[in-house]
Amino acid sequence: MSRNSPRRVMAVASGGGHWVQLLRLRPALRDHDVTFVTVREEYRADLDPHDRLVVVEDATRWDKLKLVKLAFQLLWAIVRYRPQVIISTGAAPGVLALQLGKLVRARGVWVDSIANCEEISMSGRRAGRLADLWLTQWPHLATDDGPRYEGSVA
Amino acid sequence: MILVTVGAQMPFPRLVDAVDDWAGAHPDADVFAQIGDQVPVPTHVSHVPLVDPVELRSRIQDAELVVAHAGMGTIITCLELGAPLVIFPREGSRRETRNDHQVATAHHFGDRPGIWVADSTASLCDLIDRRHELRALTPTAPETSPGLLDTIRDFIDA
Repeated sequence: MSRNSPRRVMAVASGGGHWVQLLRLRPALRDHDVTFVTVREEYRADLDPHDRLVVVEDATRWDKLKLVKLAFQLLWAIVRYRPQVIISTGAAPGVLALQLGKLVRARGVWVDSIANCEEISMSGRRAGRLADLWLTQWPHLATDDGPRYEGSVA
Repeated sequence: MILVTVGAQMPFPRLVDAVDDWAGAHPDADVFAQIGDQVPVPTHVSHVPLVDPVELRSRIQDAELVVAHAGMGTIITCLELGAPLVIFPREGSRRETRNDHQVATAHHFGDRPGIWVADSTASLCDLIDRRHELRALTPTAPETSPGLLDTIRDFIDA
């Protein structure tokens, strides 16, 4: 049980490994009002029937046009569901969501992908500056200035 | 069934062709490969360009061995389902991906129980030959670290 009342949480991940890692964090989101945001409708099969899912454009930082569309989709979802906390395992949709979440004063969590085992990714460094809680999944990548290491999804 | 998967982003003929050659020498083996838009296609294994995520998960669950590039989605799903996994990393110098991040991933995950890394087609074939032995050595999944979940819970509640 959560000690406090349920919070509105937005959980954001792009496809493949990012989504699989977000699913591994679900035990921490139980008890809250969660809106999942990802890039493929098929991922609904990974959720419970009553879970809320918003599907957005699968944009990377190299495709400006798709990024603009993604930003509008995220903005709409954020205005509609008013998250108090936004958590992401990457990549581009998570960075944008953390940035746009500032508009509704959402607090941000960035869990850098476990795939980044030698250095923090570009999106991770950018997200680190936006997030209130910045985590790496590799102890050797933690530094005093962040990110912190508290464990991993596998 | 031996499952080969190279992910959705780009084909990986060096891996698929090596398994195809192995399958040619082992006609009784049941191999299914997700190969992307590779041309020419392999001749000894059944193959598709893409598998949707739900079907892929169920195929991983049923596989006697998974052979894959060092994609994080595949690695975590295999760990989660306790499926033995042989990783054959894409190499940046061969332009199989944009840099050597898959070699790094393979290096960091290769010492986990249930994961083996093939650094050549010869060691790949050797690991496939030993699949029954690998299966027996593969544990069920580790959970997400309780400390990580607690940190996130506390942050949300704060």
